[in-house]
Amino acid sequence: MSFISYFINGVSLGSVYAIIALGYTMVYGIAKMLNFAHGDVIMIGAYVVLTCVSTAGLNPVLAILIGIVACTIFGIVIERVAYRPLRNAASPLAVLITAIGVSYLLQNIALLIFGSNTKSFPEIIKLPSLSLAGGKLTITGTTILTIVACLVIMAGLTAFINKTKSGQAMLAVSEDKGAAQLMGINVNGTIALTFAIGSALAALAGVLLCSTYPSLTPYTGSMPGIKAFVAAVFGGIGSIPGALIGGILLGVIEILGKAYISSQLADAIVFAVLIIVLLVKPTGILGKNIQEKV
Amino acid sequence: MKKMKKFLSLALASALAAGVFAGCGEEKTTESSDSAQSSSSSSNSDSSEGTLKIGSMGPLTGDNAAYGEAVNNGAQLAVEEINADGGINGMQVEFKFEDDESDAEKAVNAYNSLKDWGMQLVMGAVTSGACTAVSAETANDHMFQITPSGTSMDCVAPYDNVFRLCFSDPAQGTKSAEYIATKGLATKIAVIYDSSDTYSSGIYQSFAAEAKNQGLEIVAAEAFTADNKTDFSVQLQKAKDSGAELVFLPIYYQQASAILQQADKMGFAPQWFGCDGMDGILGVEGFDTSLAEGLMLLTPFATDASDEKTQNFNKAYEEEFGIEPIQFAADAYDSIYAIKLAAEDAGLTADMDASEMCDKMMESMLNINLDGLTGVDGITWDASGEPNKAPKGVKIENGAYVSMD
Amino acid sequence: MIVMWKKMKKTTRSNIITFGMVILAYAVIQAMVMTGNISSLFKGLLVPVCTYVILAISLNLVVGILGELSLGHAGFMCVGAFASAFFSKTMQGVIAPDGLRFFLALLIGAAAAGIFGILIGIPVLRLKGDYLAIVTLAFGEIIKNVINVLFIGKDANGFHFSTKDVISLNMEPDGVVLVNGPQGITGTPKDATFTIGVILILITLIIVINLVNSRSGRAIMAIRDNRIAAESIGINITKYKLMAFAISAAMAGCAGVLYAHNLSSLTATPKNFGYNMSIMILVFVVLGGIGNIRGSIIAAVILTLLPELLRGLSDYRMLIYAIVLIVMMLFNWAPKAIEWREKYLGKLKHRKKAAKEA
Repeated sequence: MSFISYFINGVSLGSVYAIIALGYTMVYGIAKMLNFAHGDVIMIGAYVVLTCVSTAGLNPVLAILIGIVACTIFGIVIERVAYRPLRNAASPLAVLITAIGVSYLLQNIALLIFGSNTKSFPEIIKLPSLSLAGGKLTITGTTILTIVACLVIMAGLTAFINKTKSGQAMLAVSEDKGAAQLMGINVNGTIALTFAIGSALAALAGVLLCSTYPSLTPYTGSMPGIKAFVAAVFGGIGSIPGALIGGILLGVIEILGKAYISSQLADAIVFAVLIIVLLVKPTGILGKNIQEKV
Repeated sequence: MKKMKKFLSLALASALAAGVFAGCGEEKTTESSDSAQSSSSSSNSDSSEGTLKIGSMGPLTGDNAAYGEAVNNGAQLAVEEINADGGINGMQVEFKFEDDESDAEKAVNAYNSLKDWGMQLVMGAVTSGACTAVSAETANDHMFQITPSGTSMDCVAPYDNVFRLCFSDPAQGTKSAEYIATKGLATKIAVIYDSSDTYSSGIYQSFAAEAKNQGLEIVAAEAFTADNKTDFSVQLQKAKDSGAELVFLPIYYQQASAILQQADKMGFAPQWFGCDGMDGILGVEGFDTSLAEGLMLLTPFATDASDEKTQNFNKAYEEEFGIEPIQFAADAYDSIYAIKLAAEDAGLTADMDASEMCDKMMESMLNINLDGLTGVDGITWDASGEPNKAPKGVKIENGAYVSMD
Repeated sequence: MIVMWKKMKKTTRSNIITFGMVILAYAVIQAMVMTGNISSLFKGLLVPVCTYVILAISLNLVVGILGELSLGHAGFMCVGAFASAFFSKTMQGVIAPDGLRFFLALLIGAAAAGIFGILIGIPVLRLKGDYLAIVTLAFGEIIKNVINVLFIGKDANGFHFSTKDVISLNMEPDGVVLVNGPQGITGTPKDATFTIGVILILITLIIVINLVNSRSGRAIMAIRDNRIAAESIGINITKYKLMAFAISAAMAGCAGVLYAHNLSSLTATPKNFGYNMSIMILVFVVLGGIGNIRGSIIAAVILTLLPELLRGLSDYRMLIYAIVLIVMMLFNWAPKAIEWREKYLGKLKHRKKAAKEA
C-alpha cells in the first residue's frame, strides 16, 4: 500500500518538474540556450502570488493571474535586456553565463525585498483529501490538482503549437532560424513569445510547487530548476512530450529511490539513472537523433 | 580589437587591485588614528574613552541567511543597550557583521576583513562549518572568540581561546534522549534529520548512541539533504509505517514547518520532539500554528517565555526589526553580554591588543555567571569552552510555549 | 633585445607575457607581504586566488582546447581535496617533514582526481554538447552526495568504513573518526602557502602550454575543430579526448588539495563543491575568453576579489556582483558592443598608430 502512495507522490512531484521542464525545453528548442534563471522566475512567481494573497488579501484566482502576468513581463524583459544582445555572440556559452548572472540577480532582489526568512505558502486552493482503502491510502487534493494541471497544460501547449500560426512559427524558428526569417516570420517576436509562455508556466509551476511543498525562500527555485532541466534532458531536450515523460520519470525515481534505496543518496540515484539513460540513448528518451554530416 | 579587450581587462584588474590596497590603506589610517586616540586618552590617565571592536560573521545571503540575520540583529540590540548604558569599562562598543554565505572559505575572508577593520574580539561564526574554519584562524592569531551558534564539537574543543554559548551537538542529542526516556514519552521513536548538515547529523548521532543506553528503540531513521529538502512524503510515510509513537526532529524550524504540514495532509499525527533549532516555528510567516500544537522541544530559549527579560527582549527586537526573534538572535544577544561580563571582570582597556585581551578573557570567562535569555538559572563556563546551563523542556499549547517541567 | 622580441613567434611571446605576468604579480605581492604593506583580507585571499586560477586554467583545457563543456569540475576538485586531506590527516605525525607530506598529498590528490577523470571520461566523452555538460554536472553532484555519506574511522584494528553513521563504524573506544559524513574532515594541517600556490600555477601553465604546442595538443584541437575530419585522418578520438579530460581533472584535483590545506574544516556543501562552483569556474573561463589561458587567469583573479571588495556595500554586495557579471558579459561578448568598441576605441588606436608613424 505504501508503494502506491510513494508512486502517486512521485507522479505529483514529477508533474511539477514537468511543468518547469517545459519552460527549459521550449526556450532551448527555439533559442538553443539554457535559461538558468528559469528556476528563479518560479520563485518570483510564488512570491508575487503569496504577497497578493496574504498581504493584499486578493482572491486566489486573481492572485495567480497577477503572478502569471508579472512573470510573463519578467521573462520578456530578461530576454530583451540580457539575452537578445548576445544571440549572435561568438560562443553559445556567453548567453549561458549571462543567464547565471540573471539567476543571481533575481535571487538577490528577492532577498532584499522579501527577506531571508522562510515564508510558509498558504493553502490557496483548499481541496479535500481523497481517502482510499479504509484510510490506509491518502491522496491530497493538491496532488491531484498538480497532476491534472500538468496534463491540461501539456495538452493546451501541444494544441497551441500544432494548431495556431504563432505555434507553427515557433516550430519553424526552432527548425531553422534563417529560413524562418526568409519566410517572413518575426524571429525576435517569436523568441520573445516563447519566453513569455515559458515564464507564465513558471508562475503556475511556482504556485503548484509551493502548494505541495509549502516553504518559500529566495532560493526555493534553484534546485527544482536544475532538476527540471535534468528532466528536460532526460526526455530529450526540445521535445514537449519529452519534458512530460522526463519530468514524471524523474519524480518517480526520486521518490522510489528515497523510499527503497537510501534517503541520503536520493539525488545521487536520480543523477545516476540520468547518466545510464543518456549512455544508452545519448539524446534522451524522445530526442531526435540528428545524423552528423561532413 | 583583441588588444583592446586585454587592455580593458587589465585596466579593470588594476583598478580592483588599487581598490584592495586603497582599502587597506584606509583601514590602516583609521586603525592608527584609533590607537592614537587611545594612547592620548591613556596619557590623560582617563580610561573612560576608546572603543572596543567586536566582529562577527555569518550568512546574510544564501540558504542560511535567516540565521546570520538573526545573529546580527540580536547582537546589534545588545550593543545598543550596552552603549546606551555607558559601554564596557567606559569603552563604547563597535559591532560589525560580515557575510560569509555559511562557507568556510568565505568565513575566513570575512574574518580577515574584520581584522583589517581593527576587530579585537570575535563573536561568531554562526554556522558550524564556517565556525570551525574561523576557530583555527583565531587560535593562530590568539584572538578571543565566542560562537553564539556553532554547535559542532570541532568549533570549540580543540582550541582553548574559543568558547560556546549554545549547547554542542552531542549535549543536545544526549539530553534529548535522556529527557524522552525519563519522562516516558515514548519507546518507539522515528528520527528525520538532515544528513548533509553538521548540526542535524551531529545531534542525530549522539541521540542514537544515547537512545540505546536509555532503552529507546529507533524504529526509523530517515534523512534528507540540503538539495532535497522540500519533499518529506517518503520519510513521513516510513515513520508512519514503522509505528513510531514519537518523531524526533533534530532540524531547523523551516524544514520542520514543512514536515508538520505534510504530515497533517497525510493524516500522520505522532508526538513531535525537537531541539533548539526548532524554536522559531511559530514565527514562520503564513504557517498554521495549530499544526505545531503539542510539539515538544528542548531549548534553552523560548520566544514566548513569560519572564520579564525575555519579554523585554522580544519587544525591543520586534520594534527594531519588525520580526519575531528566533533562537539565534537570543544566542547572539547573550554572547555579547557574556563578552561584556568577562571584559569587565578582566578589566579590558582600549590600549590592549587583541592577544593580550584574549589571555585575560580566557581567564575571566571561567569566573562569570551570566543571567541571560538562554539560561534560566545562569550560564557558567569551564575551561573546555562549553557552557553549563540547563535546557528547558517546553511544549506548544494554544500557540504558545508552556514549560513541561 | 627588442629585435629578438619581434623575431619571436607570436605564441612564444604571448606565453612569455603570461608567465611574466604571474611571476611579476608574485614578486610584487611577496614584496608587499615582506614589508607588511598588505591587508589581512588580501593576505588571506592569496591562496584561494591561486586555487581558482588553477581551476580556471584546468577547465579552459576542457572548454577551450578540447571544445567540450564540463559542468562537473567542482567534483574533481572535491575528490582531490578529500583524498589529500584524508592522507594528510592520517599521516600527521607519521611523515616528519611537513613539506614532504604536503608534496605527497598533492600527488595523491592529483592522482585521485585524474583517475576519476578517466573513469568518468570513458562513458561521458561519448556524448556531445549539452548532453555531455549535463552528465558531467550529474557526476559532480553524485561525488558530492556520496562524500556526504562517507564515514571513515581508525582504531587499533585498522580502518573502518560506513555509509550510515559513526555508530555503525563499530570502533574500539580509542578510535578516531577521520571522515565524519557531512561534517567532513576537520583539522587538516594548514600547509598551503602563496608560494606553493604560485608554483602550482606555473606548473599547470607549463603543462597546458606544452600540451597545446605538442603533437597531442594539435590532435586535440583538430578534434575540437572538426571531429569527423580528425577521425578520417586516423586520430584516435577517444584517446586524445580522454587525455585532455584526465589532465584537466588532475589539475582540478591539485586545486582541491590547495583548497583543503588552506582551511581547517573541509565539508562538501552545495556551496563549495556543488554545481554552483562548477558554474563559477566556467564563468572565469568564458569571461576571460574561451581558449585564452591568460584571460582566464585574469578573470579568476577579478571575480574572486570582486565580492570581497564589495563588502563595504553589505546588503547590496551580491546584487551588484550579479549586475557587474551581466554587464561584463554583455560588454565582452555582445556583437553590438564589440561593434561599438571597434568604432570608438578602434578610432583611438588608429589615431595612436597614425601618430606613431608620423
